[in-house]
Amino acid sequence: MIEALDLGQYYRRRTIDPDVRPLRPDEDQPEIVFEPHVRDAGKGLSEIHLLVDGLHCAACVWLIEQVLARVSGVVWARVNMTTRRLVIRWRAGEANAEDLAARVAQLGYRLVPFDPAALAAATDAESRRLLKAMAVAGFAAANIMLLSVAVWAGAVQDMGPATRALMHWISGAIALPAVAYAGRPFFGSALTALRGRRLNMDVPISLAVILAAGMSLFETIQNGDHVYFDSAAALLFFLLIGRYLDSRARGKARSSAERLLAIGATPVTILMPDGKTRQVMPAEAVPGTMALIAPGERIPVDGKVRSGRGDVDTSLIDGESLPKRVGPGDTVYAGAVNLTSSLNVAITAGGEDTLLAEIARLMENAEQDRAGYVLRADRIARLYAPIVHLLGLATFVGWITLGGAAWQEALLYAIAVLIITCPCALALAIPAVHVVASGRLFAGGVLVKSGGALERLAKVDTVVFDKTGTLTEGRLELADADSIAPEDLRFAAAMAMTSRHPLARALVRAAPLAAVAEGVVDVPGCGLTRQIAGGEARLGSRAFCGVAHGPDDGLPEMWLVRPRKAPVRFAFVDRPRRDAASVIESLSGAGYRLCLLSGDRPDVVGPLADDLGIADWRAGVRPDEKLAEITACRRDGRVVLMVGDGLNDAPALTAADVSAAPADAADISQTASDFVFQGRMLSPVVAMIETARRADRLVKQNLAFAFLYNAITIPVAMSGFASPLVAAVAMSTSSLIVVANALRLGLKAN
Amino acid sequence: MSGLLYLIPIALLLGGVGLAAFLWSMRSGQYDDLDGAAHRILFDDDNDQSGST
Repeated sequence: MIEALDLGQYYRRRTIDPDVRPLRPDEDQPEIVFEPHVRDAGKGLSEIHLLVDGLHCAACVWLIEQVLARVSGVVWARVNMTTRRLVIRWRAGEANAEDLAARVAQLGYRLVPFDPAALAAATDAESRRLLKAMAVAGFAAANIMLLSVAVWAGAVQDMGPATRALMHWISGAIALPAVAYAGRPFFGSALTALRGRRLNMDVPISLAVILAAGMSLFETIQNGDHVYFDSAAALLFFLLIGRYLDSRARGKARSSAERLLAIGATPVTILMPDGKTRQVMPAEAVPGTMALIAPGERIPVDGKVRSGRGDVDTSLIDGESLPKRVGPGDTVYAGAVNLTSSLNVAITAGGEDTLLAEIARLMENAEQDRAGYVLRADRIARLYAPIVHLLGLATFVGWITLGGAAWQEALLYAIAVLIITCPCALALAIPAVHVVASGRLFAGGVLVKSGGALERLAKVDTVVFDKTGTLTEGRLELADADSIAPEDLRFAAAMAMTSRHPLARALVRAAPLAAVAEGVVDVPGCGLTRQIAGGEARLGSRAFCGVAHGPDDGLPEMWLVRPRKAPVRFAFVDRPRRDAASVIESLSGAGYRLCLLSGDRPDVVGPLADDLGIADWRAGVRPDEKLAEITACRRDGRVVLMVGDGLNDAPALTAADVSAAPADAADISQTASDFVFQGRMLSPVVAMIETARRADRLVKQNLAFAFLYNAITIPVAMSGFASPLVAAVAMSTSSLIVVANALRLGLKAN
Repeated sequence: MSGLLYLIPIALLLGGVGLAAFLWSMRSGQYDDLDGAAHRILFDDDNDQSGST
């Protein structure tokens, strides 16, 4: 398709190795209806907002935009590469959303519609606010510094007092509004902390800035010497840089969390007593009513099957790689995908009462548990803030009583102490390192959701893995592809093409070139049949095909029987990721305790654990048991990293100290995780831990430096030698040194 | 020293223009997609008629 549209340049522009992450076609996903998400954009235009999955380089952006721009009626198509959002606008009536989405999906990208208003994205707004404040503070700091240099030079040469006063007045006129505007993020947070009778880093910052600005104004009016407008503005500028970096690092992984909004929004088709159908949202589904679940649809409610037989893919809920067969009387849960035939389900729970919602609640509780972790920056602030205030007070009292100074002079020295000790370097020390580390990991295909996650990851001593989709690739492959005659495989694959069953899909993947066979009949819950010359061909379970004997090794299997031919067996395995063994080896070599928790059967989990060399494994673990296991681990004083992908792992992912999920994991699991890694390899997990440890070392160096700086400057300030010049120079250099040290993390990568 | 009387306002005005330009560029969305913008400049299309690239 790409070549057909004369967009072959795409391949020349593509900057990444195409094998890194194969594009995932939409085939296994339940259908998404785009039309309801179209909104009126005014001026006779319609628009739709979409999240794009599978975007990994600029060429993808170009390709999507080009393909859409060629559709007549489309006036605007733009992909935001940072947030992975796509906005399409077209003249209403000249194109339709389904068609446009299908074109992008055909390229291999997955699209999920979203409501931009619902995603008013608090973090986004916050980061903009910080950037604006930073611009204002930067403008003020630069201009005041310009005037201050003149004043400092004037002190040596011969600047008249009138000129100096003019400089001070102009500085004040710039500084006061700038401080009032740019200081708001700090003042607000300091006020909140004080109201809660706590101290945070923002309290001394706010105090120093306000006192410095206020005292400078007083000095200016008095025609005095100690004017700190430049320090106040520079202080805000550097601190805002730290804040902005911090909020940017957090925002990176947002888009994956946003995908959560798409789930749980599948409407339910209610079967009315009079035989008509009606669509309602899951929350409005009343227990006792009948729901019709079409094949290929994600089941939106919990319920009991009344009529119909078929296979249900429950991998989202319990991590089972094989679908379950359901018939009348069986229970189905929300989140499972109906694979083969339509089912009539009596609803037992909808909306907030489903198992899916229960898992979400488990996660919420676990989340609160984790919130008990205190970030290093906050822990330092708790210690640091009272000390700074005490030192300031001591200076004030000391100069009045021991030094015999007037109270204005004593207050000036106290303010100098507050300004100099103000944690510029301290506030930059941690976010600067985290931003560089996140950037480095991002380049390696790992999304970091928060700087705090890096901090926790550096302390990990236990790694818990899930099996399906984490240690393994999460997709079935032919176990003995070489021993099967190619024509048998082609024949079977041609039949299998009509089915959504995972085994059939796996068979098709093994023989991608087979053509669709005609006249294939789906026998729900059993297999496929097809009339051929000489009788009937069957593809399906052992019982369905009537095979009496054959190897029994516990592997998932499919049989093909044809008239006058020997039955053929297709056995499937879910292979471990290619580098799983080496990752496990290097982790256990580095002294980490490894553990495998899986919801799958013991006869599948055991051999895999032995192969990979994990001694500590448990099979058949339910989601809440995984959670309990992790909690027990933590109670023993261990710091746990959980790596998992299924919805059944989500509570455990939330409960662990820190967690990671592959990029093709269930949406909720990605949201629950601190790290999301891309690609078919497991090695990003090792890279993650390594980077976190290095970042931790750099943070410690930075903190050590910041404390050293304070140890030197505090005595200077307390003894009254800190002129505005000394304060400005000391503050700027310490900040620059800390940032430069953080950048070393990025340098080593190359 | 009387030069200061007009030099300082000029300096402030120039700085202010820079600040206003930055705030305007931010409001008009030029900082929304830093990663994309860095690459977009490399796509030199002759056949691009729509406003999409």
